[in-house]
Amino acid sequence: MQIYLPIADIPVNVFLVLTMGLAVGFVSGMFGIGGGFLMTPLLIFIGVQPGVAVASVTTHVAASSLSGAIAYWRRNALDSTLALTLLAGGIVGSACGVALFTWLRALDQLDLVIGLSYVTLLSVVGVLMVGEGVRAIIRSRQGKPVELRRPGSHVWFHGLPLKVRFKRSKVYVSAIPVLAIGFIIGFVGAIMGIGGGFLLVPMLIYLVRVPTATVIGTSMVLTFLTMLSATVLHAATNHLVDAVLALILMVGGVIGAQFGAHAGQRIRGEWLRLFLGLLVFLVGLRFAFDLVLRPEDLYSIRLIGGAP
Amino acid sequence: MRCALAAALAAAGLIANAGPAAAERLVASLTNHHVTITSNYTGVELVLFGSVERDPTALVRRGPYDIVATITGPRQSLRTRRKSRVLGIWVNTAARTFVNPPSYLAVLASRPLDAITSADNQRRLRLGIANTPLAEMIDNDIGVVNNDPFRVALVRLMRERHLYEEEPDAVTFLTPTLFRAAISLPAQVPIGNYDVDVKLFADGNLIAQSDSAFEIVKAGFEQFMVDAARKHGLAYGLAAAMMALLTGWIASVVFRRD
Repeated sequence: MQIYLPIADIPVNVFLVLTMGLAVGFVSGMFGIGGGFLMTPLLIFIGVQPGVAVASVTTHVAASSLSGAIAYWRRNALDSTLALTLLAGGIVGSACGVALFTWLRALDQLDLVIGLSYVTLLSVVGVLMVGEGVRAIIRSRQGKPVELRRPGSHVWFHGLPLKVRFKRSKVYVSAIPVLAIGFIIGFVGAIMGIGGGFLLVPMLIYLVRVPTATVIGTSMVLTFLTMLSATVLHAATNHLVDAVLALILMVGGVIGAQFGAHAGQRIRGEWLRLFLGLLVFLVGLRFAFDLVLRPEDLYSIRLIGGAP
Repeated sequence: MRCALAAALAAAGLIANAGPAAAERLVASLTNHHVTITSNYTGVELVLFGSVERDPTALVRRGPYDIVATITGPRQSLRTRRKSRVLGIWVNTAARTFVNPPSYLAVLASRPLDAITSADNQRRLRLGIANTPLAEMIDNDIGVVNNDPFRVALVRLMRERHLYEEEPDAVTFLTPTLFRAAISLPAQVPIGNYDVDVKLFADGNLIAQSDSAFEIVKAGFEQFMVDAARKHGLAYGLAAAMMALLTGWIASVVFRRD
């Protein structure tokens, strides 16, 4: 069944988009990530222009992460103090990211920087996560207990002042590294047009030692808040949010996210991290191929001067 | 008598060269002048039809008639970019801006253009994609360069998307004077006004011309959405955000398992 998208100006198959929403929603619910880094390339692949894809995905991610966040909140598996501290850093980071975005566009090198940051970030994070996941699995296979929390292993920033007790996560750390992580997520998110959940989850686990149980729900709250404000900003400035496209994605996404969240609770943490690492790495590899392989067509055309 | 005929033919040729005013009149129209985009829109097919009306007192031509119809869509500026390898990575290193080329261009003819009229006439009348001027910006100057690789690439990419088309057998004559041609517009053509220019040729000369037009517009819900997004961006954004909140909340209620 074909439906015409009023803002994207193309007809799409409803069931295809619905299935994409379901699949990405499942992945996002399972790992506690927004899924923007998967959905945006998929939409561009089926012919939606990149601007509309990025803007409409923010709306979809907002809905998808809200339903996920509520599911985790019911299980008391999220830390609202932690989420709000991260958000405070995130707002400042987003503002700096938007400023850099504008500057790079003036230099005509934005596309290259976006491509390179996707490759570097996704492949480095992917490799680190896969490595860690494999080591954790080997440890548990050898019968040693899984060391999720190593109380003795203090990193230098654990000595910083402004200590805050994040009760739900059972961590007592300085607010400075948490604000810094929020800043990095906001900064990177503004440049790459992603929620940053796949970065936030490993950072919280490895640096702040937040337990896997609360990290996903917390990440979902942050993703929800940033993506909701991004939707309003995109609609007000670029007029590129396609509400029909977003609604189809949303319906698929929220259903997928529910099943994903249930599946995620059943899978052991180290396997979850291994799978997410592989997924992140593969998407990074896909972007690397685009940059390194000789393109089929050296020429491309781009519409300039306003929407059609 | 033979002399008179030759003189008349020569005169007809002269007149045709001077402008489309001859013994023939061309009448052409479209099946639909107003295409509305609705939610099940997947492109549209229009039929151009027309007839050649001969002046009964004039001489009968011997050669067959030929039709060349040119459909030109709304104009939009485009940038053609070329990638090259820098430090092992493919980067856009060169680009050329085309100033207001047609977003849609279809040249439908009854025979190959070379068989219809001379190359000289094709150039003069701007017949065919190759003879359509596509202005580009070169160092703050606007010019037309026909063999420019950027222009060649633009035409090739537009043809791949079925936005530029040249079909030498699209116009069919049902009778020696009655013709029809199907114009099939892909779904991605932009909304706006489309000009249809029909030229009648005989013996290699342009003898009559007729202009028509149609428009593609959004209607109903689609138009409402576009208006809302463009004119009331903030309200539209807030509505989209509300929709996200509602969908997320409903899903969590529906799928509540405990």
